[in-house]
Formats: sequence, C-alpha cells, structure tokens
Amino acid sequence: MLDFVQQLVSGVALGCVYGLIALGFVLVYKATEVVNFAQGDLMMLGGFFAFTFIGMMGLNYWIGFAGAVAAMALFGMLAERVVVRPILGYPQFSIIMATIGLGYFLRSIAGMIWGTDDLKIETPFSQGVLRIGSLVLAYDKLSVIAATMILCTLLYLFFNKTTLGTAMRASSENMLAAYYMGIPVKRVVSIVWAISAAVATCAGVLLAPITFIHSNVGLVLGLKAFPAAVLGGFGSIPGAVVGGVLIGVIESMAGFYLAEGWKDVAPYIVLLAVLLLKPEGLFGLHVRKKV
Amino acid sequence: MRFLFKTDYEDDIRLFPHSGYYVSYGLLLAVLLIAPYVLSSYLMSQLVFVCIYATVGVALLILTGFTGQASLGHAAFLAIGAYTAAYLQTYNVPFPVYFLAAGLLSGCIGALVGFPALRLQGIYLVIATISFALIVEEILARWESVTHGNEGMRVKTLSLLGVAVPRDSPTFYFLCLAVLVLTIVGTLNLLRSPTGRAFVAIRDSETAARSMGVNVALYKVKSFAISAAITGFAGVLFAHKLSFISPEMFTLQLSIEFIIVILIGGTFSLHGAVLGAIFIVMIDPFLTYLKDDMPGIIAGIAATFGAGTQTAANVQSKVAAFASLNGLKGAIYGIIIVLFVLFEPLGLYGRWLKIKLFFQLFPLYKRATFKRQKIYVKSERNR
Repeated sequence: MLDFVQQLVSGVALGCVYGLIALGFVLVYKATEVVNFAQGDLMMLGGFFAFTFIGMMGLNYWIGFAGAVAAMALFGMLAERVVVRPILGYPQFSIIMATIGLGYFLRSIAGMIWGTDDLKIETPFSQGVLRIGSLVLAYDKLSVIAATMILCTLLYLFFNKTTLGTAMRASSENMLAAYYMGIPVKRVVSIVWAISAAVATCAGVLLAPITFIHSNVGLVLGLKAFPAAVLGGFGSIPGAVVGGVLIGVIESMAGFYLAEGWKDVAPYIVLLAVLLLKPEGLFGLHVRKKV
Repeated sequence: MRFLFKTDYEDDIRLFPHSGYYVSYGLLLAVLLIAPYVLSSYLMSQLVFVCIYATVGVALLILTGFTGQASLGHAAFLAIGAYTAAYLQTYNVPFPVYFLAAGLLSGCIGALVGFPALRLQGIYLVIATISFALIVEEILARWESVTHGNEGMRVKTLSLLGVAVPRDSPTFYFLCLAVLVLTIVGTLNLLRSPTGRAFVAIRDSETAARSMGVNVALYKVKSFAISAAITGFAGVLFAHKLSFISPEMFTLQLSIEFIIVILIGGTFSLHGAVLGAIFIVMIDPFLTYLKDDMPGIIAGIAATFGAGTQTAANVQSKVAAFASLNGLKGAIYGIIIVLFVLFEPLGLYGRWLKIKLFFQLFPLYKRATFKRQKIYVKSERNR
C-alpha cells in the first residue's frame, strides 16, 4: 500500500511537469489555434537562460528566474513575429511544420551555444525531503506541484475573468470578427506567445534539478506533454493539468507494476484508447461544424 | 504556348495530356536508365535513397496531400515492411513473396490505424499517429524473438529468381526505380478513378463529400491502407539497401523527414514527392561539400579583395571551425523548413510551375496567380 501511495505521489509530481509544459501548448492553441510543436524547446531554452543567469553570472536564484522568464517572454514575442504571424490564417498543417522547424533550429542553436553536456542549476529546493509518516517527498518535486497548481489557477482566472483573457478567447474563435469588435488581434497573439514562453520557462527552471538541462530535454518532455494536452482536450487549461497528472501517474504505475518497456508505451496506449472513445479529449468541447 | 482543345471527356483524365509529355518523360527515363553507368557509386547510392524516399513520399501524398489526413507515423509502416522482409528472409522465403507480404501486412495495419483515425481531426490525428509510431518502435525493441530487439537484424543480400542482387549493383537501382515508377503510375491511375476523386472530395470538405454520397469512413480507411502498403513496399527496399535494421532507425525523426519531403516538394502533385526526395537525400552530400570546400572558397574571395595571406588563412580556419560545429545541420534543416513554409508554401514543384507560367505569359505574369487565401474566419476546431 505504501508503495502504491509513493508511486502515486511521484506520478503526480511527474505529471505536473507534463502539465506545466502542456499548459503552454494549450495557451497558444486556445488563443490562436496554433499548435506549437516547439513548446518543449522553448522550455529547454528557458532552462538554459536561467542557467546562464544563475550558474554562469552568479545571480540570486529568484532574480535569475525572473530574468529568464522576462527574456523568454521577449523571445516568445520575437518567435511569434518572425515565424507565426506571416502564416496565421493558413491551414493548421503549415503552422505545425513551421513550429517543428523552429524546434529543430532552437535545439541545434542551444547545442552550439551551451554544449551537449547535462547542466545543473543550484536551487533552494535541491536539497532535502519532506517526510509524512513513512512517505518521502523531495522538495524539488513539491515545488513543481505547487508551481503547477498556482500557474494553472492564475491562467484559468486570467482567461475567464479578465478582459484580455476574453479578448484572447474571442480572437481564437474568429479572428476577423474579433478584429471588427476592436480587439487588437496581432497584439493579443503576441502577448499569448509571451505568456506561453514564460510558462515554458517556469517549467524549464523548476525541472532543472530533476531532469537537468540539455538540448534534447524539450523534445523528450514535449513528446510526453503533448499527449497530456490532447488527453485533457486541447484548449482546456485545467484539462492540461489533469491530462498531465493522468499521464504521469500511468507512467509511474506502469513502470512499477508492469514489465520493463511498458513505462514508455502505457501513456500512449491510454491516449489512443481515450481518443477512440472521446475523440475530443476528456474536457474538450465538441462543436459540430455548420455548413 | 500550347493550347489544349478538349473534345472528349477522356481529355480531362488522360495520363499524358499531349505528345510533349512522351518526349519529356521519355528523356527523363532514358537519363535515369543510363545513370548507373555514368555516376559515381556514392551518387548511385544516394539515387537509390531518392527512389525509396520518393516512394514513401508518394504514399504520404495519397494520405496527406490528397485525402487530407495528416500522419506523423509513417516511419512505423516503413519499419513494419522492413522487419517483415528481414523476418521472412530467415525462413528462406523468396523475394517476391516477402515483398508482397510486407506490403500486405503493412496495409492491413494501416487499415487498423485508419479505423480509430475516422473520428479524429487535425491535431488529434497527428498525435494519434505519433502515438502509434512510438508504440511500434517500442514493440520492435521488445519483441526479441522476432526482431532481435535493440541488437537489430542483419538483412541478407536480395536474391531475385536465384540471382544475387547486391545492394550497390545497378540491378538493385533498377528494381527501386521500377517500384517507384510503378507506384507513381498506379497512384496516377488511382487518383483519376472514382476512388481518387472521393479522396480529394474528403480533403476539400468532409461534410460536402458525405452529402454527395461518398462513404467517408470507407475511403479514409482505404487511403490509410493504400498509403501504408506502399510504404511497406518501400520498407523492404530500405531494409535491403541498409542491410542492417534496428529500431532506432525508425524514429519520429524519420516520420518528420517524410513529411518534410512532401512539404518541400509540394503537397498538391506527385512531382512534389520526387522533388522533395531529391532535396532531402541530396542535402547531406551538399552540406558535406560546403563544409569541406566553403572555407577555402571564402578565404580565396577574401584574398582577392585585398586581404593578406595571414588574414585569409585566419578567415579560412574560422569558417572551417564554424562549419564543423556540432548540430549545424539541424539548424540548417530547421531554417529550411521555416523558410519553405513562409515563402514557398507550394514547394519546389510550385516554384517550377511559377517559373513556367512566367515564361508562358511573359510579360503578363501576375504574382497574385499563386497567392493563397488567408482565412481568419474558419476555426478548425469546429469542423
């Protein structure tokens, strides 16, 4: 029983990691209907930025963290301006390919600048564990869970309660109509990319003590976060986190109870099964097309 | 400029609309047939890869280009073809039998994948095919009694009717070329048949196709099966060409490469698959060439513009150091994809059509002829 709870908790922690990256996917999709395949790579880049500020320049952890988030927000806007804006309004497939290309580019550039070694950031939560009875929880994992919950709540409130959030939802439904209603669509899209890059950076920095930072970390985790977003139903913020936690728990349970090899496949099998039964994900909206 | 006067309904669907086609394609075929006696063995080997990639490209075009169902899992079908060949070979099954068996098995699995895909749209379909490919990759690594796991499998030399065909012989090239040509001709025939028109109808509007009486589910599964079967055939040739296969060859990276093939070539015509395959396969030797020769050339240019010998040597070593940076290839890859999506969305074949039209209409060519319409109203979420 203790094993089970321990696996459950570590699965939730892992799942929050996926959820955090999936949040970035969902944000961009929710506001612009663009699926950003480079999301994992933005996360990787954020981690590297933080490493530069904290590890190489010796700044305080929190200042470095904030600096990395700000820098990546600007970078997100730049990426949107250069790669995404010219092709907004074209079929989704073109945009997917463009972001895949962007991901390739970022991975190689990061490899060139920061090398191919695993890098590590010293954080306030690197050391120490929390003990509840005989349950052991590392602080770095707890920090991920806490950050995911906070970010998820903030973003959910932002999207549903603020004017800017409403503007974002409007421009995702129909850019042209939103524009006629006086919403500055271009600026809205730009802001969404900034937020999504910032969220990705949070993920990257919090993950640094757990997975380390290397140029392929974004690809590896992005491929897991992507099913998380789909499972939750692309476009639902709480869905992304729930999907992430589900994927994380499934992965950790499969790794513990099933034979070797199931750990990596189990999330995808569950994903395919869910898509078979509910093609729009667990929390997705199903809207019929009007002809 | 040639004007075609159509006097018959058949004129719309002829394989060769006019006699010019016989000349140009005849010449192309002749060039391809004498190629092995002219080109170096390295280029021949690349040409074989072009044939294989182009075959997969055609398969992907049927599914993605003409039926509108995106797939990022075609490496899995290639793997199924390759492993079927390698496995059956250990039982001394003759080539024609395992060649057909590979295509058949791959096609059946493709149809099985097609069923869940029926209800999925856009991004959900992409992730479902990625999941399928990752599962296949894991099965290949774990099912050791059949696939030998991560150790990989050695593929014996192809033997056709009792004659050994080594992987670098002209005969093997002709075999690959024949498969490619047969695939292209078969696909052209398929596309001008009712089946092909149903595919295109589904791509353009599923609802409209359904209301015209097209059985959408049936044709989607058909499209998946045909595409997977052709990829399976290509997989057999791929296995023979590499003579060794292991699961890490058939990763998501390869699936993305196949998508890039049709993206760069152009997704609206079969020419695109071939042009894209040439681009993707030839970019490797081209980059190697640049890496080896570019520093010298740049230093030469610097020298002619009055830089001293010392400076020129300096420039040369700096450029050489930059060119041999790790991962430069990935960056170039990424830039190429982004540039194509941004500036040449119709691909290489689209560029060729533009150039052709420019000369045909000179001086009346208008850029807007090929301008795509941006749609800001439609939400793909509400399909």
